[in-house]
Amino acid sequence: MKKMKKLVCFGLVSAMMLSAFAGCGKKDSGSGAIRIGGTGPLTGGAAVYGNAAKRGAEIAVEEINALGGMQFELRYEDDTHDAEKAVNAYNILKDWNVQISLGSVTTNPCIATAAETYADRIFALTPSASSTDVTKGKDNMFQMCFSDPNQGSASAQYISQKQLGTKIAIIYKNDDAYSTGIYETFIDKADELGIDVVSTTTFNTDSQNDFSVQLNSAKNAGADLVFLPMYYEAAALILDQAKKMNYAPKFFGVDGMDGILTLEGFDTSLAEGVMLLTPFSADASDEKTKSFVAKYQEKFNETPNQFAADAYDCVYAIYEACQKGEVTADMTAEEICDIMIAQFTTMKFDGLTGTGMTWGTNGEVTKDPKGMVIQNGVYVGLD
Amino acid sequence: MKGRKTLNKTSKNNFITMGGLLLVYVIVLILKEGGITTNLINGQLVPICAYMLMAISLNLTVGILGELSLGHAGFMSVGAFGGVLIGTLMQEVSDSKTLCLLVAVIGGGLLAALAGFLIGIPVLRLRGDYLAIVTLAFGQIIKSIVNILYVGLDADGLHVGFIEKPEILEDGKMIINGAMGATGIRKISTFTFAFVVLMLCLIVIYNLIQSRTGRAIMALRDNRIAAESVGINVTKYKLLVFAISAAMAGMAGTVFAFNYSTVTPTKFDFNTSILILVFVVLGGLGSMRGSLIAAALLTLLPELLREFSDYRMLVYAVVLILVMLGTNNAKIRNLVAAFISDIKSMFGGKKTKKEEKTNG
Amino acid sequence: MPFFTFLGNIHCHLRRNMIKLIGLSFITLEIEVQYMEFLSNVINGISLGSIYAIIALGYTMVYGIAKMLNFAHGDVIMVGAYVCFFMTSRYDMPAVVGILLSMFVCTVLGIVIERLAYKPLRQATSLAVLITAIGMSYFLQNAAQLLWTSNPKVFKSVVGDGGIQLTEGLYVSHVTLVTIAVCVVIMIALTIFTGKTKMGKAMRACSEDKGAAQLMGINVNTTISITFAIGSALAAIAGVLLCSAYPNLVPTTGSMPGIKAFTAAVFGGIGSIPGALIGGILLGIIEIFAKAYISTEISDAIVFAVLIVVLLVKPTGLLGKKISEKV
Repeated sequence: MKKMKKLVCFGLVSAMMLSAFAGCGKKDSGSGAIRIGGTGPLTGGAAVYGNAAKRGAEIAVEEINALGGMQFELRYEDDTHDAEKAVNAYNILKDWNVQISLGSVTTNPCIATAAETYADRIFALTPSASSTDVTKGKDNMFQMCFSDPNQGSASAQYISQKQLGTKIAIIYKNDDAYSTGIYETFIDKADELGIDVVSTTTFNTDSQNDFSVQLNSAKNAGADLVFLPMYYEAAALILDQAKKMNYAPKFFGVDGMDGILTLEGFDTSLAEGVMLLTPFSADASDEKTKSFVAKYQEKFNETPNQFAADAYDCVYAIYEACQKGEVTADMTAEEICDIMIAQFTTMKFDGLTGTGMTWGTNGEVTKDPKGMVIQNGVYVGLD
Repeated sequence: MKGRKTLNKTSKNNFITMGGLLLVYVIVLILKEGGITTNLINGQLVPICAYMLMAISLNLTVGILGELSLGHAGFMSVGAFGGVLIGTLMQEVSDSKTLCLLVAVIGGGLLAALAGFLIGIPVLRLRGDYLAIVTLAFGQIIKSIVNILYVGLDADGLHVGFIEKPEILEDGKMIINGAMGATGIRKISTFTFAFVVLMLCLIVIYNLIQSRTGRAIMALRDNRIAAESVGINVTKYKLLVFAISAAMAGMAGTVFAFNYSTVTPTKFDFNTSILILVFVVLGGLGSMRGSLIAAALLTLLPELLREFSDYRMLVYAVVLILVMLGTNNAKIRNLVAAFISDIKSMFGGKKTKKEEKTNG
Repeated sequence: MPFFTFLGNIHCHLRRNMIKLIGLSFITLEIEVQYMEFLSNVINGISLGSIYAIIALGYTMVYGIAKMLNFAHGDVIMVGAYVCFFMTSRYDMPAVVGILLSMFVCTVLGIVIERLAYKPLRQATSLAVLITAIGMSYFLQNAAQLLWTSNPKVFKSVVGDGGIQLTEGLYVSHVTLVTIAVCVVIMIALTIFTGKTKMGKAMRACSEDKGAAQLMGINVNTTISITFAIGSALAAIAGVLLCSAYPNLVPTTGSMPGIKAFTAAVFGGIGSIPGALIGGILLGIIEIFAKAYISTEISDAIVFAVLIVVLLVKPTGLLGKKISEKV
């Protein structure tokens, strides 16, 4: 036993030394490419989002590098949807001399890494971390996705304007920053607009299988529209269980709902008539989207969701800003940061997830959410 | 040297552990100040201290008291959120970072101790796996409660809300914001502070174990009935250990929280409790030195395995299983021991750390 | 003294829910307990509980014999569900083939896990085995993610989507009926097996005293391996039924239901086969009631609080054996 302990002791020392110097070998700066790095959950329960973002960004970088001219080098590190691990992952990127950051894919890790990028003066553009806490008080942190308040109030406004429902029920995930964030702003806006919210129920990671109580509550309150600010896996279960109990209100989702139609094995008839506000749909007929979806499907054998599209747009937005600001690979991260801030606050960007996007000095994006309704298994514009 | 000879073996061992820890601290600090360590290491120093503190505090419950606890992260959560709240309030009245942190750590520790005391009560009636499930349940309860807790601060004072977010004025801010946890925390934890807290707790634990109280606690672990029959007060000692252990976990939580700009209630879930338990079991029940080493190693390990990219966590799992088999199976253990003595003889008996490193 | 003004100004915003929590509502008739709604909640509770019960049966079976908490059980469930998913959804095999194949795969997997990871630790402390089981759980989850990606899959129910409409508002799905029936069958079969057959008796002997069992000529290793094989086969069935009821299949599908089922098993008295069934169903009902009548936000806290109270009253669970201590 004593020997074992000694072995462990020495193991510790060697591991410490190893890790302390591990970063040294990787510091190559002669490649002439601008180093872009991001963190996201590549393993664990939220891996589907991180992997999608990583793949979307990879495709964009490949396309850009194929054009010749400005070259990018992309590195994604795993943060397992955890703020602590995200900071570790970010530090690894920093050891790699990252010049432009893609922030983190999910909200809470991104709040943690945003504080780091702010302190280190590295420009960051997150594809999908949507809380305002991500950008608050940081001049070099920008978002590609809608912020939560933006989505929440846009949804409330949309419902009220189009008079989609008179009695609204809400089901949200109360241990998830994204879902809670949208809910809070939705309910504020709903108060303001006089929308009648008759039932508010929650679920969490530990109990996201059974929705009978939540749906019964909505049904008994006579809700004719159920607002679902959540990701598509939980939404798929809700639609399934609502159908089983013969409850057929209108369902209204947000951008997290996108992906439901391509869920393997999902009966798309369940989603018939579901409305959602999303900036991206894989079924869109414009050339950009078609080419992106085709490439993604060819490379990864699955349909891209909005995370992939957001990350793809991020890389292109950075590319545009870099070109306009004449960024070169030998600049320091701090120099690039100032150029990027100047570019982002003045430029207009057209991407997969919207056209004519602009950014405010607070880092939030302005783009129009598209109202979509699912008909016969495909998205159809609501307007 | 003369004084040390008169110490008994345990004390000597304890001094070696503390001395070793201090040495590692000094070396790491020099390396850090010299800019030799990577950002990754610099970023992990505080969390490693926090996890080490978690590991020794859980070892007190599991190794010394002999009760399995599956909800230790719950205390960390209480300490983290309580500490953040107190620390943020302190920042309104004091500009000194260290003072804020100190008050926050003490406050977080006290709150966690209270939670530990509450959990200690059912412990008295339950044993073994039933006790373990109660600690698991408490961990879950703490997580759900923090998840619906809102604390906001504005010119009017403090606003507390459960389930519903309290209205706060424009200039105010939410300190604890339900599921989103605490955001916008000022990063005031430093490596030195974390180390000092860890060292003090280690000294407290060693003194506790060596004292009359400690012997009583271990007597309870080894044979409860015999201990009771000689008049050892079960209630008192069990509650004491639970409270001390929880207080230390709470302090670790506060130190941890102030190292990140955000903490969420879900961070301190069942998986984190299990992770801490892994540190303790791997390091050896009752061995504080083992816990410290295991905590540091296993916190660094997933980062070191990044070379494996997609296979990282898979390799982590395999390493975990192999280490458990290696340290607990007699056959494998003998093999490893033989291997080590081979190496030793190869290097002519006397072996330095450096030489061992090349084989590790 | 700004600090004291904070304290002086603490406003507590307690919602009605919290008052309900204290239990006032039950006295003041603030909520009218509607009879039908109540019944429907009971049925929903049983539906959820039956799923917990079927997972808990596997847990309790392995615990009862091998005296170890097999934290990888939830992940064996996940593997079982994936195997069945690929058979029925991708290759269009009949459900029965899918179930049998997934039982086969899980049984083999269970034996392999036991041989590789648990058997070398027969002599070690139970905590060491617990940690190894956790390592195994990480391994299975990550292996599943690498093999089958983290993209969620929608499981096609093996018993169809239908159900029975009892009256207006009262609905029992086929999955629930099948799950309960399967639970009862497994419970009876296990009770007979451990009580009457030679192998079952050997198992009980091992659980009492491994050393003595060995002296009586029982092959302890084989017996424990068989226990794991049975436990894993049960896990496969549980996985298929879990995903039939809640058709969301991801590599972490098994972990949370696994923990809940473990709780259910302890609730009913771990090691007791009927206890697992009762514990599971009660846990499901409590969870649904907590959500329906108190608050969805804190239902988890309530479920676990009830568990603690029950354990305080009955320290070895509802049907657990009293532990008598020898002095």
